[in-house]
Order: sequence, then C-alpha cells, then structure tokens
Amino acid sequence: MTEFTATAAMGRRVRGRALVAKDGFSARYDLDRIAGVFSRPEHKLAGQSYVDRVLVLDAAKGGVATAWMLHEMAARGVVPAALVLNTVNPIMVQGAALADFTMMSGFAIDITAVVPTGALVEVDTESDPPCLRILPDGQSGSAEHADG
Amino acid sequence: MHLTEEEKALLAGEAGPVRQWAIDHQIRVGRYLRAADFVPVSQAHIMADTESLGAAGVAWLEALAAHRPEHRAVRIPTITDPRGTDFAAAARLRHQTWMLDLERRTIAAFEAMGVLMTDTCINYQTIMPAVRHEHMAYGDTGVAIYCNSVLGGRSNFEGGPSALAAGLTGRTPRYGYHLDAHRRATLKLRVTHTPRDLADWGALGALIGRHAGDYWQVPAILGIDRVPGSDELKHLGAAMASYGSVAMFHLDGITPEAEQLADVADPAMPVRASIGEPELRAFRQSYAGRVDKVDVVVFSAPQLSLLELRDLAALLHGRRVAVPTLAVTSPQVKPDADRMGLTAKIEASGATLLSGMCFYQSYAREMAAANGWRALATNSAKLTNILGGYGYRPALLSMAACVDAACNGKISQ
Repeated sequence: MTEFTATAAMGRRVRGRALVAKDGFSARYDLDRIAGVFSRPEHKLAGQSYVDRVLVLDAAKGGVATAWMLHEMAARGVVPAALVLNTVNPIMVQGAALADFTMMSGFAIDITAVVPTGALVEVDTESDPPCLRILPDGQSGSAEHADG
Repeated sequence: MHLTEEEKALLAGEAGPVRQWAIDHQIRVGRYLRAADFVPVSQAHIMADTESLGAAGVAWLEALAAHRPEHRAVRIPTITDPRGTDFAAAARLRHQTWMLDLERRTIAAFEAMGVLMTDTCINYQTIMPAVRHEHMAYGDTGVAIYCNSVLGGRSNFEGGPSALAAGLTGRTPRYGYHLDAHRRATLKLRVTHTPRDLADWGALGALIGRHAGDYWQVPAILGIDRVPGSDELKHLGAAMASYGSVAMFHLDGITPEAEQLADVADPAMPVRASIGEPELRAFRQSYAGRVDKVDVVVFSAPQLSLLELRDLAALLHGRRVAVPTLAVTSPQVKPDADRMGLTAKIEASGATLLSGMCFYQSYAREMAAANGWRALATNSAKLTNILGGYGYRPALLSMAACVDAACNGKISQ
C-alpha cells in the first residue's frame, strides 16, 4: 500500500477508482453535468465519465460556478466520489463545504504523476495528516464511503 | 481560527439558524485555507445563475429565505451577478418555462433576504467600485481580479454560497488576497506588443493565465506601453481569471500597487517568458481556424459597458446581420443605451441587446440545442474558453470582425 499525505482535506473518507490527468478542473468549463462526462474537447479526460470516480487532477480552474455545481451534482447523484488536486482555489473549497463533498489537496509531489488511472484509492480525510492511499487491487472498486 | 465573541455567538445560533449556517460554512472554508481570523467586508456580490444552482440549489436558497426576516436579512450591501435569462427576450432565446420559473424563485428568495438584484458582472464600472485597501467578498472572477489588480481592493473568489454567507455575517475568512503577503508577484512576464483591441487584451490575459496556472500565482507584467482603459483591463483580467484561475496581477508602473515594480516583485526574479504579436495571433488562430460559417455572434462576458455599446452601434450602423447577433449589457447600462439611442441603432441591424444576463450563465447548452447554434464568433476570450465545454466551436475575433461575421454569416479569412 502506498500513501501520500496532504496538507488539507474535508468531507468524508471515501474509496473509489482513480481517474487521473495532469489537467485542471472546473465544473462549468469542463463537464457535461447531465451526461456525467468531461465535455471540453481540449481536456485530457474528454469523453470520460467522472461519476463515482476519485478525480486526481492538477489544479482548480475556471470561475465561481463550481461552488454551486458540486451541490447540484451531488443532489442528482451524478458526481465524482472525491476530488484530489495538487492545488485548490477557494471556489473548490467553498463548493465542497456546501455539498459536504470529499476533497483533498497539497502534496509534496505531483499527485497526478504517481497515481495511475484505474487504481483503487482511499481518500482518508480523517487521518492526521490527511492522506491518499493506493490500495491493493481486488478490493471493492465501486465508490463507497469507508467506515470509521 | 480565532473567533471573536460575536462570531462565537453567531456559531452558537444566537442570531438565528441562517447566520449560524453562514458562519459555520465560512469557518470550514477558512480552516481549509488556513485563515487566522475573519476580516470585515463592506460589500458582497453573489453569482447565482440557476443553471449553476439547479433545482437543488434553488430549493436550498428558498429554505434559507423562509426563516424569520430578522434572521435571513443580509447585514451589508449584497448584490448579484447576471441572471440566467433576460425575461424580456426569453422567448427569442428559446429559454424554457422551467428555466424562467427557477429564475423567478431565486429572485424571490434573494429579495426576501434583502439582496439587491443588480444582475451585473461589471459592478466596478456601474455600481460602487472598491477603493484601495477595502475588503470585499466578490463572487465573479472578473470582478475579483479587477478589484484586486486595478482598484487595489481586496477580495478572494467568493462562490455564491460564500458570498451569501459574507452578506449574512458581514465578514469573510482572512486568507489569500486579503493578506499583503499573497499580493506580491510570483512570476514576471514581458509583453512586447501592447494589444490594440479588446479581443487581443483578452488573448493576452488568456496567455498570461496559462503561464500563471493557478489561483495563488500573481503575474507582474512588464512592457505595456500605455495606460489601458477600463474595458481593456476588464477583458485582460476576465480572461486571465478564466484561463488561469488568477485573482490578481500587476502592470509595471500602471496598477496602484506596482507603481514601483520593486514594491511588489523581487528585483532578482527572472522574466519567465515574453508575449508578443505572434503569440497573440497564434492564440486567436487556434480558435478562429476551426470556424468558417457562424451560427451566432455574441458580445458578452463580461457585460458590455456604455462605451463598448457605442462602438458596436457605430460598427452596425447601416448594416444588416445575417445570423442571430446578441449583445449583453447590465441593467444599469441598458436604460442609458435606450435613452441615448444606442439600443435602437444596434437593433436596427437585426441584432438584439440583452440586459441582466450573461451568455454563458444563461443555459448555453440548452440554447445551443434549441437554436441549432454551434459555430460562434465573439470578441471575448473568456467566452471562447468556457463555451467549448458546452458544445460550441467558438472563434475569437475583434469586435469589427465579429460584426462582419454577423453580416456575412461567415468569418472573413
């Protein structure tokens, strides 16, 4: 098991399959929130579903709409399991706070370079410091809220 | 995070459940971003179009607004970003009844909380600009970057929920651009060609935003050879915020905190890159090169000032548009445009002047489907960045070239 500590996190501890890219994240700019896919053609995850995935991306981008949109996406259940970023902006934090959404940021290394897409990961917001773990495969791969 | 006695009382619910939610939300945000305490703010500005809120967000707002008047009322002047429609033109835009219902419910909820429905993203040109050192809670990236950079005011990006929370508590967590330490330059860029039109100011902002890369970077820009006007800085900042999530920049010798560059930038910091005319041309071509015939032409993002409308009216004078052509301004500018005959001149060409909305905040995906719009021409770099994800193929052109495209139905190469 490999573990990467972060400087900040919020929301519940979750497990899920990672979807990784060295690219940014903005709910308005990058997503078709009805279909649940990345829709901006230039995005490295264009066409891929983000639903129930632990998104591991570089930096928060774009405007302020994500602060509402995470809440709206969560209400419909068409939402990632968690968002893991090298760098946040306040909008992501504000949106995660409103939606009670799991988010983690601030790693000593480029987190997008060390987590492979498809890996089963745990976003542990409860440990001190918070950390992202790559779990041995064979465990449940669907997004779930971890106990305790 | 240090709390005053008043803030502890808010958190304990002594001022009611709405303010209790607000301060709790702000504390969660402040702790994540390592705020030491709160700072009083004198205005809040809420972005809350209903495409972003969705039905869940509207219901959430209505629940807040259902509390007792003394509990739900904002404590400081609190204003709004553009709405998701212009009710007077909703049928022409093919906005659907359910969208208008969500908008009306949102407006009613905000009004019950004492929010002023200004519906503008150019409040620094039309309502009440920040003054230097004034702390704000601004909820539009273009507004926040203009406040920090051009006016010397102090704001982070405050998303809708956080701006509303600031309106309810009269304060915001003190992190980021409220602090002197975060306002210093983190990179230097040299400009070798000062833009001549708004589209190029936006292109320059986009390229600077890409170099900067994230919210915590503050570019210091050298080489601008004249003092830009407010509309030019509006497009520069809006694009920089859009492409880079940047909230503050300095222009050497121009913006208030960089009158002496050494005041905000380490003299030993090397220049990371130069941006000149070839880079601006390549940026524009990266969009325009993909579009020939256009389905719609849009002037928006940010809303147009009276002076931009004057220029647009002159360019459209005596001509007839061949494709839907939309110009968007604020509810404060629109009556002046009406009174001064600019609206009539613009609409005599067949174009439409809209008020109180912004194109990308107004169900852009649904408008594209309902109207068959895909290829879009605009002079807003910010709009070109946003609309790709909504299924459009945008082209970035000068205002004059956009008018030509509107009249010819295609881009002149």
